[in-house]
This record gives sequence, structure tokens and C-alpha cells, in this order.
Amino acid sequence: MRLECRVNNQAVSVETAPMTRLIDLLREDLRLTGTKEGCGEGECGACTVLIDTKPACSCLVPAVQVQDAHVVTVEGLAKGEQLAAVQQAFLEFGGAQCGICTPGFLVMAQALLNEHPHPTREQVREALAGNLCRCTGYQKIVDAVENALAGAEHARQ
Amino acid sequence: MMSIGKAVVRTDGRAKVTGQAIYVDDLRPEGCLYGATVRSERAHARILGIDLDPSFDWTDITVVTAEDIPGENVVALMTDDQPVLVDGECRHVMEAVALVAAPTRERALQAAHRVQVRYEELPVLLDPAQAENSPIHIFGTDNVFKRLVIDRGTSTGMGVVHKATYHTSLAEQLYIEPQGMLAIPEKDGSLTIIGSLQCPYYIHKALKRVLGHSRFHVVQAVTGGGFGGKEEFPSMVAAHATLLAIKSGRPVKMIYRRDEDLRASTKRHPAIIQITSECTPEGELLSWDARIIVDGGAYNTLTPVVLSRLVLHVTGPYRIPKVHLEGVAVATHTPPNGAYRGFGAPQAQWAVERHMDRIARELGIDPLELRRKNLLKDGDLTATGGVLHDTAAFLVLEEALEAARAPLLQRAPPPGAGIAHWKRGRGLALAFHGCGFTGNGESWLKGKAALELVGSDLRILTGSTDIGQGTDTIFPQIVASELGIPVERVSMAPHDTAQVPDSGPTVASRTTMVVGSVVQSCAKKLRLALQAETGLASNNFAELLAARNSDAVLKVEHVYEPDASIRWNDADYSGDAYPTYGWSANIVDLEVDPDTGEIRYLRLVTATDVGRAIHPVLVSGQIEGGALQALGWANLEEVVRDQHGCMRNDRLTNYIIPTSLDAPEMVTRLIEVPYAAGPFGAKGVGELPLDAPAAAAAAALEQALGLVLDDLPMTPERVLLAMERGHAA
Repeated sequence: MRLECRVNNQAVSVETAPMTRLIDLLREDLRLTGTKEGCGEGECGACTVLIDTKPACSCLVPAVQVQDAHVVTVEGLAKGEQLAAVQQAFLEFGGAQCGICTPGFLVMAQALLNEHPHPTREQVREALAGNLCRCTGYQKIVDAVENALAGAEHARQ
Repeated sequence: MMSIGKAVVRTDGRAKVTGQAIYVDDLRPEGCLYGATVRSERAHARILGIDLDPSFDWTDITVVTAEDIPGENVVALMTDDQPVLVDGECRHVMEAVALVAAPTRERALQAAHRVQVRYEELPVLLDPAQAENSPIHIFGTDNVFKRLVIDRGTSTGMGVVHKATYHTSLAEQLYIEPQGMLAIPEKDGSLTIIGSLQCPYYIHKALKRVLGHSRFHVVQAVTGGGFGGKEEFPSMVAAHATLLAIKSGRPVKMIYRRDEDLRASTKRHPAIIQITSECTPEGELLSWDARIIVDGGAYNTLTPVVLSRLVLHVTGPYRIPKVHLEGVAVATHTPPNGAYRGFGAPQAQWAVERHMDRIARELGIDPLELRRKNLLKDGDLTATGGVLHDTAAFLVLEEALEAARAPLLQRAPPPGAGIAHWKRGRGLALAFHGCGFTGNGESWLKGKAALELVGSDLRILTGSTDIGQGTDTIFPQIVASELGIPVERVSMAPHDTAQVPDSGPTVASRTTMVVGSVVQSCAKKLRLALQAETGLASNNFAELLAARNSDAVLKVEHVYEPDASIRWNDADYSGDAYPTYGWSANIVDLEVDPDTGEIRYLRLVTATDVGRAIHPVLVSGQIEGGALQALGWANLEEVVRDQHGCMRNDRLTNYIIPTSLDAPEMVTRLIEVPYAAGPFGAKGVGELPLDAPAAAAAAALEQALGLVLDDLPMTPERVLLAMERGHAA
């Protein structure tokens, strides 16, 4: 099929099989390798992307489901050289160690922050419970997301 | 200029938060094939034949068996017992029998399924307790990989005796990036091996034997976690990818699927530890006898060293006048166990801390007071007669107790049933951890590093890899601080065996402390070299640089020099087993549902002696991440095996690791008791966080339910079972 969609605000038109996994479309066809595969069955969350603002595991989504949709990957979070607040917070708080889960966490956190700019720690833990990290114990990830926008507002003042 | 102690932004941070960091699966060279592994389905069998299904189209498939190995069929590590591919006889399930490569991942998997292996079953040994006396021989004539006895006196016959047996379970490192390797044949006949790995020179050593030459180099890609799981196992993956690349003449990428990774890769060694102690009625320890059986699996891998570290930590951070320790590591027809962060010490200190709680309970003494009575301090002797220095056992204990006085943060109740009947408990556990290699390992290894001055900037060359712990940030901090320059002027050379010297493996809590000190020495040598070149006596790096008349690259190298104050006798296992120790105190608050046995962690307070926190955010990140691995080992993670010894719960849906909701809030306190020979006083800290939290959780569970559990894991099912059996204190 000819798939038409937007990825990170760019129009995309690509020939693909309808049941191609979205993660393969992103990584192999579009060479957007920031989205990672940790388990291939929707448990680890490393492949999380936004589809029309809603987070989804791209290893479970067939390409046909993003026809005409807007997909945002980790590569689409920054505005040019300007990191998103949550990316900046991960750097400051130490939210990334080995980094393989980081793209999924950032996308999921961005989805949370879009809804709740100032989440409680429990909201953060709840929102990120579908993403696995083996390096951090989650403490610094929760710190980063909880304070992401507070930090950004502080920086602007 | 001094960046030591400052949380500078990690050098790989920006690439990692923007999705630009390149892991091995992100590479796709022109013409790349995808590899897959055909694995044995029997624990022990003679291979009668390897047949290609004639109904499958094999025209675009490369097939490799043991016959295709140009050099030796061995994964060179400690001993030469493990083959790269089964030749004649398989000794565990999931052992590699053949390899295939195809133009797509899907076709590679299909082809692997169409390779049919014919077996003649042979008798199987799965129980480590039966291994020594079994008529079935896997390793030598007694299935013993290693036996170790430390004898510094036996029971006095005068004290109160406590005796019990403790079991620890298999555990998976569970790096989120699965094992992966890419082998590329180059135009000049050489090979480039790129992968997810901790130890490029392990792979170099292993491949030299498999290929019979060294016209190749090994490069670390950005690595998505290791925790020991990418210490020795990647040598096997690299050999497989390389054999396929040679035969096909094409680049071959081998990325494990999660289920394959879980079934085939190494796990933490399970241990059976029996302790018989003797103390005064007041709880002062008099003697300690420990008997240990460790299951190594079908091949030796690193098992003897794991046993050694286990035995050396099985007295815990306590002063005991007479110790008798006997450990044996045996072979079974199960997938080999291997390195996992902690490397025997977590198993040891699970048993030690559970035993200390047993003594306290049976004597009616406060567990905290019992520990205070026996904790090691400077000048005390270790189990091997080493004299302790830079101890921090009391400091970390008091710091943790102080931090735990703060009220618990309120957390929302779990969904479902009301929380009113959940029982709360608090538990304490302590640990120490020997930093760096055991015994004379560092002297024998002679880790090297180099430093280059290029223009006015510096480049560090080391085979030590950053696997997330942040050493590519810490090493530049060390050099920049030594020379008094901004950290931004120091970079890292790629971890490529063609460019960097062998600094020793990235293991054993040695990278910052040992290799960091070599890197610091390089910086000092560079200053001396500049002084010699310019004739200036100045220590000021900027002045020296300004006085230089040359643009030539100036390169210095340094080899690890053993700490002269350390004495170790490997023949009788006496002296300083480690150059120094890190110390940790852990306090867990949890609640448990008595109806379901479910444990919910509320808070973990840790106080950890790190010598010197070169980067406080990175080091506390190490502590928190390691601690959660220990808490997962305590109550969630369980490897379930079938009758062939194959892992049944081979998915992330049923091998459960903690999520953000399972993790407690963490309070992480750092204590700095410097080690003089470490860079700026730093000690090794990578593994210490894994040593005690599981035992602290068990102690908390004991307080909550009055339930004594001596075996890991404490899954809800096991907690319930213990309650039904009435294992009450």
C-alpha cells in the first residue's frame, strides 16, 4: 500500500505492506533509529511513539493504522537545536544512563506533560509504568519528569 | 577548573535524549545479512545429524556449522571447555548448534526453524547438590569447576550456636537492549566487529582463537546496559556473527530476540549457603562456618572467580575471630551462569544478613545492636587476615539511620482492595564490597590507558567501556581536574581495539577506581612530558602549552601499578583480597498484603561509601539502579525452568522486573572515606548497591508479618506458601 502520514511534522509517503510494524517502518524505511526495540511485544515501552498525541508501542501497531495520522518519535521532540524541556531535564537530573529506554520514556513523559504540565510524583510513576528501565531505579527519571516544566519556567524567568 | 564532585552533563547525554546515539541495531551496512542461531533442544545429547529441510529454499541462506570454523572451536575465557558451536555433543539446552544468515530477519528465523537436528539422548544431570557424586561427568571426573577452602580456625565450642541454610535464585541481568553484534568483512581481508559489549579485549582474545589470526578489530557501539551480561557472553555472539560474515562474504548482523536472549544468555549463579555461627550470649561473634554450593551450569565461563568473590564476602562486614569457609562450584546440564553485577557477593550477603537476623531473633537482641557489636572497623582483620583501612561501616549505618528518621512520603494506595489491612515493616541490611579484581588480578592484568595531546585538547584512550555508568564522562573529569583545565577540552577515543590499549575488562567495580587511577597517572605523565619538552618547571598546564613550539601529537601511556601496601598470597588465600572496600547500609520500608503475599516497597534509604563522588549524580544513579535490581531479585524475578533446564518464562510479560510503580522512593546518601590509591580518593561502587537491599526487604517482611524467609525470591506465591506452612518467627 501507499502510506501517507506525517512523521515529526514532515509529510511522508512510502510504499509498504499494511501489516509492517510501525517500528520497522520508522527504523528501516525512514531510518529514524531513535525508536528502540527491547522486547517486540509491548512490554518494555522502548518503542513508544505518539500517534495523534496518544502514546503507543510502535512494535504492536501495523503501519496501516497510521494512515493520515501524525507520528511523533524521539527525533521530533526537540525544536531544531533547542531541546524539549523534558529532554533538558533528563540531562540535568541524570534520567538517562545506558540510554536505550530513554527515547520511549521521553515520548511517554511528553504525552503526560502535554496533559499535566505539573504532575505529582504518583502521576509520573503511573504514566511511566509501561516503560522499563534497568539502569536508574526510576528515581532520577521521576525527578526529571516531575520537574521538567518547573525547570523550564525557572530558566525563562 | 576542578570538575571533580560536579555533576557535569554526561558526554553522551545529548545524543541519548535526541535519539542520535547509535546502537548496534541502528547500523545497516550495504548488503547486510541477518543472522540467527539454531539451538539444541536437549540438555545432554549426541548430535547425530544436522539436516536442511529439502522443502525450504536455501538459495539465499548461508549456513554455518562447527566444520566451518577456521581456527579452534572454543570460546576462550578461563578454560577452553566451551565450544563456539556444538561439535558432536550438546551439554545444555539452547546451546548453539548451527548458524544461518539471510537477507531479512524473517527469512533468517524461518531458515533456522528449517534446520533439523537429530539427537541421541544422553543421561542428564540438573541438580547441583548431586553433581559431585554423580556418575554423569560434565567437567572433569567430579563436575567441580572450583573448590575453595579458607580455614582460619574452627568453632571454640564455647558459644551459642546458630545454624541454617539459605538459597538464592537465578536472575537475569535484563539489559533493555538485547545482545547484538555486527561483523563486517573489509575489502583488505580484515574484519570489523561492532557490538553491544562491555569488554572489547575479551572478544579480541576469543576471536583470535576462532579465526586463527588477528586481522580484525572490535568496536563498542553505544551499549544499552550490561550489568555483567555483556561481559563474557558477547564473545559467543561475536564469534557467530563473524563466522557467518566470513562464509557469506557479507556484513552480518546478529540481534537476539528477547525470548532467545532470556533462554540462552547467562544468569546469576544460584547458591546454597549453609552457615553455622557461634557467639557469646550477648551476640559477639566467635566463629563462622560457611559451606557453599554454586551451580555453574554446563561450562566453566567465569564461575571460579564468582565462587571466589562469594566466599570472600560470606562473612559480611563483620569481625569474626575464627572462620572456616568451604565453597564448591559444580557443573550441571543447564545454560552456563556467568557474570551478573555483584558477582557472588549478593548471594553471600543475602545469607549473611539473613543469618544475622536469625541470631538476633533467637538471642532476643535488636538486629541493629547485634550489627553494631560486630561491625568491622579500621585495623580489624578480614576473613583472609587482611588488615582493614578506609572503613565506613559505622558511618554509613549512622547516616542511613538518620535519613530514615524522616517521615515516609505518602503514596497512593494500590488499586483494588482497601489498604487498611496491609502490614508495614522496616528492615535493615549492611554490606561491604571488595573494589577491583580479587587478589593479584590487577597486578597480573596490568591495565593500560593512554592520553594524547592534540593541539590544545586532550584525548583519552582506554578499552574500558561506558555501558551507561558514565565513565566516558568521569575519565575526562579526572584528566581535566588533574591538569586544571575545563572538562570540555578532554574527549574519549572510540572504544576500538585498533585504537585503544587493553585497560582490562569493564567489570568488578574497577573502572573508575583502577582504570581511573591509570588515566590520572597518564595526565601526570603528560605534564612531565611537557615540562621536559619545554624546559619549564611549571605545573600550570596553560603555561606549559603556551611554551610549546611544536604541534606534534604528544602521547603518553601508563600501566597500572599495584598498590604497594596490598599483600595477597594466592596459594593459601591469605592477605588483602581487595585493595579496599566500599560500605553500604540499606533501610527498606514496605507493606505487604497478607491475603496475597504481594510486597509493595515504600522507601529505600541507602548510605554508601564511595570514597569520593567524582560525579554525584552518576554515582547516585549507579546506587539507585543497582538497588532496584536487588529489590526485583527479592520479590519479583524468578527464572522458571522446564525439565530440560530451559527457561519457560522467556518474555517480559512473565519474567517480571520492577516498573516505576514497583520501585520505592529512594533516599540516597553518599559517604566519602577516600581510598588513597583511587583517583581523587574514589572507590569502586558499581556492584555494592546490589549486595544488601534484598536482605533488607526480607527483614522488613519479617517485621511486617512475623514471617522468616531464608530463600529467594520472595514472590507473592512463596510468601503465601510460607504463611500457610507457618514459618512464623
